[in-house]
Amino acid sequence: MKRNGNSSITINVLAQAGTFAENKDTARDIRREEILPALEEGKTVVLDFSGVTSATQSFIHALISHVIRQHGINVLDRILFKSCNDVVKNIVSIVTDYMQYEEEPTEPTES
Amino acid sequence: MKIHIPNSVFLGNINHFLNGFDPSEPDHLQITSHPKWFWVHPVVLCMIAAIGKPVRPENVRFESLARTKHYLTRMGLFDFLGVPPDMEIEEHEEAGRFIPLTQIRTSDELSLFLQELQPVLHLQPEDVEPIRFSISELVRNVIEHAASDEGAIVCAQYFPNKKMIRIGIVDTGIGIRETISDSYPVSDDLMAIRLALTPGITGTTNKPGGSEQNAGAGLFFIKTIAYVNRDPFVIYSGNAMYKLLKRTTSSHATLRANPFEDRHSKESNLPYWQGVVAGIDIGLEKTKEFTEILGIIRNFYWQTIKEKKKEKYRLKKPKFV
Repeated sequence: MKRNGNSSITINVLAQAGTFAENKDTARDIRREEILPALEEGKTVVLDFSGVTSATQSFIHALISHVIRQHGINVLDRILFKSCNDVVKNIVSIVTDYMQYEEEPTEPTES
Repeated sequence: MKIHIPNSVFLGNINHFLNGFDPSEPDHLQITSHPKWFWVHPVVLCMIAAIGKPVRPENVRFESLARTKHYLTRMGLFDFLGVPPDMEIEEHEEAGRFIPLTQIRTSDELSLFLQELQPVLHLQPEDVEPIRFSISELVRNVIEHAASDEGAIVCAQYFPNKKMIRIGIVDTGIGIRETISDSYPVSDDLMAIRLALTPGITGTTNKPGGSEQNAGAGLFFIKTIAYVNRDPFVIYSGNAMYKLLKRTTSSHATLRANPFEDRHSKESNLPYWQGVVAGIDIGLEKTKEFTEILGIIRNFYWQTIKEKKKEKYRLKKPKFV
């Protein structure tokens, strides 16, 4: 985990999950030990997927679904997904979409 | 228990083999085969290994095995059962052909297995994508839901001339019905399988979006990979089996939440399998880009949400930087 001043942290997913990010135990540990504490401190979290060639839906779900449920969907304004290839982008988008299945519609954003 | 191996068992004709399985007397295992030759899908070897492993070696009997039983030896079945193969086997380089029977009990063992998958099969990185995705999701289901110390038994065979990999993943745990019934009322094994294949249904919670660790999407993703690529997929638990049949060449790939609306066959009076049996074939030559499949799944979720809300709005999007 890299601290970028006081306002954000960067989490190197490759270093913990490998090129194929599929270990849900690893995802849970990242969520509990790094993402949630940083958000509680009001920081922005940068999830750096550089070097990650693929991920499973289960991994991404374990990584962010509980964060969304706990903080609400607008927490996506404070989580940045960095250097994702198309596979990872698609899976992240699928998870964030279905996590809004029962959510009330949010205000349209420009992102 | 009795198992008879006919000439040929692949996912398309596996019903006949399953109907011949006799699960009575679990302390003994008798295996017979067609007397001349046979070829079986790796899922069959996983099933024999899974039920035979707890049986004492002196209670395992092979009768009238065909000369082609060297296939069983090379896939590691005799080692798994602790009985000698009673024949000399010429060793060949394993790489590029098959993954022998492997027991995976923990999350770390699975991660290690997946790391070795690509070099063992000698596949291109883009080819290995749907394979390791499917194996990861299926084996993690076993580790998390089967409640079995034995974990999952996995094996696979690659056919370079057909550019096809056939995969079997089997466990002898509590089965799909018991898992799903923790969160949903389930009347029989077939209903349990239907629910397990439905997106958003997981045994860990009945909340939409799933629990912290489970979304109820893994099996739906695997069924979708098979459906889009027009590959078969079989899942068998308790007395029931669901088989996804190949989509016709002319039909457009339209995802459906209810697996019974896909082209399929099903049975609900098979000999009882304590646990879960999953078999999948992945044809690499016709496999669509993995990103394309994910795009189809993403669109499916979007349409589902849009229909549910019955109003126009924009979903909150993740920020990619």
